Amino acid sequence: MKFGVIVFPGSNCDIDCFHAVKDALGHEVEYIWHDTEELDGFDCIILPGGFSYGDYLRCGAVARFARIMDAVRTHAAAGKLVIGICNGFQILTEAGLLPGALVRNKNLKFICDTVPLRVETTDTPFTSLYKKGEIINIPIAHGEGNYLVDEDTLKKMKENGQIVFTYVDNPNGSMENIAGVCNEQKNVLGMMPHPERACEEILGNTDGLRLFESIIAAVESESVISAQAVKNRHTGTRRKSAMETSRSKPIAFTQKEELLHD
Amino acid sequence: MKAKVYVTLKKSIADPQGNAIQNALRKLGYTNVEEVRIGKLIELDLGDITADEANAQLVKMCEGLLANTVIEEYKFELC
Amino acid sequence: MTKPYEAVGLTEKEYKKIVEYLGREPNELELNMYGVMWSEHCSYKHSRALFRHFPTSGKRVLQGPGENAGIIDIGDNLAIVMKIESHNHPSAVEPYQGAATGVGGIIRDIFAMGARPIALLNSLRFGDIENSERVKYLVDGVVAGIAGYGNCIGIPTVAGEVYFHDSYNGNPLVNAMCVGIIEHDKIFRGNASGIGNSVMYVGAATGRDGMGGASFASVELTGESEEKKSAVQVGDPFMEKLLLEACLELLETGSIVGLQDLGAAGLTSACCETATRGEGGMEIDVLKVPRREKGMLPVEVMISESQERMFLIVEKGREEEVKRIVEKWGLHAVTIGKVTGNGRLIVREGDKIVADVPAYSLDSSGAPRYYREYEEPEYYSELKQLDLAAIPEPGDYNKTLMELLTSPNLCSKEWVYRQYDHMVRTSTVVKPGSDAAVLRIRGTRKGIALTTDCNSRYCYLDPRAGSAIAVTEAARNLVCSGAKPLAVTDGLNFGSPEKPDRFWQFREAVTGIGEACRELDTPVISGNVSFYNETETQAIYPTPIIGMVGVIEDIDKHCTMHFKDEGDIIILLGETRDEPGGSEYLARIHGLERGVVPRLNFGLEKKLQAFILSAIEKGLLKSAHDISEGGLAVAMAECCMERELGAKVQLETPLRTDAVLFSESQSRFIITCSPEKLVELRQLMAQQEIPHEILGEVGGEELKIDVNGKNIVVLKVKDMKEAWRGAFGCLMS
Repeated sequence: MKFGVIVFPGSNCDIDCFHAVKDALGHEVEYIWHDTEELDGFDCIILPGGFSYGDYLRCGAVARFARIMDAVRTHAAAGKLVIGICNGFQILTEAGLLPGALVRNKNLKFICDTVPLRVETTDTPFTSLYKKGEIINIPIAHGEGNYLVDEDTLKKMKENGQIVFTYVDNPNGSMENIAGVCNEQKNVLGMMPHPERACEEILGNTDGLRLFESIIAAVESESVISAQAVKNRHTGTRRKSAMETSRSKPIAFTQKEELLHD
Repeated sequence: MKAKVYVTLKKSIADPQGNAIQNALRKLGYTNVEEVRIGKLIELDLGDITADEANAQLVKMCEGLLANTVIEEYKFELC
Repeated sequence: MTKPYEAVGLTEKEYKKIVEYLGREPNELELNMYGVMWSEHCSYKHSRALFRHFPTSGKRVLQGPGENAGIIDIGDNLAIVMKIESHNHPSAVEPYQGAATGVGGIIRDIFAMGARPIALLNSLRFGDIENSERVKYLVDGVVAGIAGYGNCIGIPTVAGEVYFHDSYNGNPLVNAMCVGIIEHDKIFRGNASGIGNSVMYVGAATGRDGMGGASFASVELTGESEEKKSAVQVGDPFMEKLLLEACLELLETGSIVGLQDLGAAGLTSACCETATRGEGGMEIDVLKVPRREKGMLPVEVMISESQERMFLIVEKGREEEVKRIVEKWGLHAVTIGKVTGNGRLIVREGDKIVADVPAYSLDSSGAPRYYREYEEPEYYSELKQLDLAAIPEPGDYNKTLMELLTSPNLCSKEWVYRQYDHMVRTSTVVKPGSDAAVLRIRGTRKGIALTTDCNSRYCYLDPRAGSAIAVTEAARNLVCSGAKPLAVTDGLNFGSPEKPDRFWQFREAVTGIGEACRELDTPVISGNVSFYNETETQAIYPTPIIGMVGVIEDIDKHCTMHFKDEGDIIILLGETRDEPGGSEYLARIHGLERGVVPRLNFGLEKKLQAFILSAIEKGLLKSAHDISEGGLAVAMAECCMERELGAKVQLETPLRTDAVLFSESQSRFIITCSPEKLVELRQLMAQQEIPHEILGEVGGEELKIDVNGKNIVVLKVKDMKEAWRGAFGCLMS
């Protein structure tokens, strides 16, 4: 069982993820530089928190074009595990590997705190060792963790059990208190809270350990690559590129004369 | 060829920054302000290309990077 | 007409000194270089002479003042690198960027020594938040700026302080402190040695921003300051993160001889500081310096304070290797000059020499040094008078205590530190909100404790005693965490040194810090002086901020201030005296800022600190908290908050009730122990002759304080906590 932690320019929770896996769980883990092309040999890829590319333009907007992201897509399409934490979650939504988007916290402030989360489903390789409905305390640290998704998608996500964690006391204005979601195939998880910060007694919190232990259990029992995932290999939820876009109404492109200018 | 790209949150998306500015303006006495939406202005120098080429490039740029069409809309102008 | 030297902030006498150094009149570029380098901010011309009062050496000191940052040994081949720096004036005119770039600058000082930055702290002072929208705007911007920079670069902001007082109305204080860790054999100094070695430049391009920021920091704030916004730089924490990683990777290769950040006075300062520490000469070409704007003059390039730039001295022949590593991080390194052995700093613009000065003459060793006049201010003896009999005792102590707990200075600062990522790097063992932050040192059993401290009201009423108390209280904070205090970095914020009464305050404060640091064996290893913190109408209260680090040999034995379990025994260490002078109680409840500040007895202090350390070490204590602003009653309330555990205590005293509850007598602590450990603890106290009083026990939902058998305070902890936590948010809305 081998974890890989991707290092984008500006990642800063890479070292925390690395040490959580190595020191707290005693498993093999390697850093992966963002312009690597392959992810052979890794069972679970972690996109860590931080401020990739300064989070300029939008959080995760530039990182999704990093060379490694094609390999992440291939890895996910093969049914292998991917977890994006905080900025990693933002990157996964920007890359279309997860539905929705993350916008600024409702109070417009960065929030660093430890907050209670409800485990909404244990039917994922990331949460099997928790109890459904269990309340766990996990740190958050973000300025843009307010999750948004359109109603239709939300409905489908609910039906499909893709809402993985919710906040007990919504800190950021997130829709339906959502703190973490997975894709349809349930092998890609994105969450704003930081489980890697809750893996050691000395830090006063070990509620995040079982998330990593669930991953290890899932990989070791080789139950990860479900038939469903293989079937859907090439029809992931990646956002369509500009060329593929088909819209019912014209895109919001306005002619010059209609624009506000002198 | 130069271009200005305007990216704003879709109407359906809450804009807390806009709300904060609206409140601030109201406090300053501009009680008539009914809505404030905040967006980004991105200025590009596209070099020596035609307007048609620029239009085509800009659509791709906006869809691909400059806007997140899940939450944002964009418009641009050539100048 | 303004003389050219006046335009760059120099006096006629200083100008003559320059002519003497050069043997001719300086040209405009040279004059500007002297102007920024001889500003107080860079040369410490007014303050240097007094620094002999500080103890700066000791067996653990690996680097004292004079470098980018100080270094203190923590054993096992590891050392802590630390420094505090002010960014007061930039924050006054543009709070977000002023504070953000303050953080950026101090981080560069730490990694310029080769250390990995592991923690940030900050000490903030603002004006009257209850009556000023401007103050709220400043608080909001400064906090967001610190958060914006620190969070993005991924260094946890683990501790700090925020205080309010009218004296900061026009001149807030923003002091940022950074702490790094390094192995002894990797310590790096900013030397430019090796004639022929290359001078390389890495990081952001040079723009016109921050022109003359160093001299801006060395004048008083006026209405015109708002217009000086061009002197405020814009921070780019992402760029700094890349620079940090690139520099630490470069240092591993051994190709780097010297490393220096481009901070105050920009390239001018970096050139002359590295040159004077090394062989003494350097030649650079301004045309090779990457620029953000077209048409920049040599003088603009030389004194720009654009952020996120580093200056490398690279072993000749290894420039390509350096470029490769830097490019891996998405940055570029360019060679802009070379080290020479002729002792001169020569600036070229292509083939043309545009400046040629003796390098040392720019540096603090060549700068003028002043022995300023000082004079005891009139207020000093007048304010010592305090007629306690004329002060009515509160009728309702519950109300008084709640009023103190919800006052701007004593309420919870959660609103502030919730915006700082204090957990990134997963080493923060004790988070903000206790006496000191505690970090574990990964891969070892060790931990460090960090704090900043200064009660500026004490420092106003008695600068010498107040400064000594600041040092001592910082040490107490560390000791309560189970850490042995090791070293100090000081951020000295004062008014104009050219006014004798202000300079007297400075002189007294420096003496007080020196005394206390010597007594407590905590040498001053780095620091910063910020003068001219005044407006046309008033100067700030003298504010010598003490940043302190301590070491915990076994991290599992750290301690916090919070009550832990029902039934634990509460013990007061030290002696409560009739010392309401300068207290928060007098100021807040009675509107009086006067009286004699509490007396400090170093003998008792050292005895108590040693006792607490040994008791924590032996595992006898469940909690430890020092008593400071707000006195015993506020300290008790603070201990109750985190776990919402009440307490029942009885006090026997001949003093007035308000004195016993709110006096800020020094050298006092509230400790708790489990009932099983009480016998052993008592033996230890008896052995070491520790003055103490068993007050009561932890438990229940209320804080109940009886004085001489009569109930004086009874408050629901839940209510206290809600009001105390919510107060800051209310102030800001």
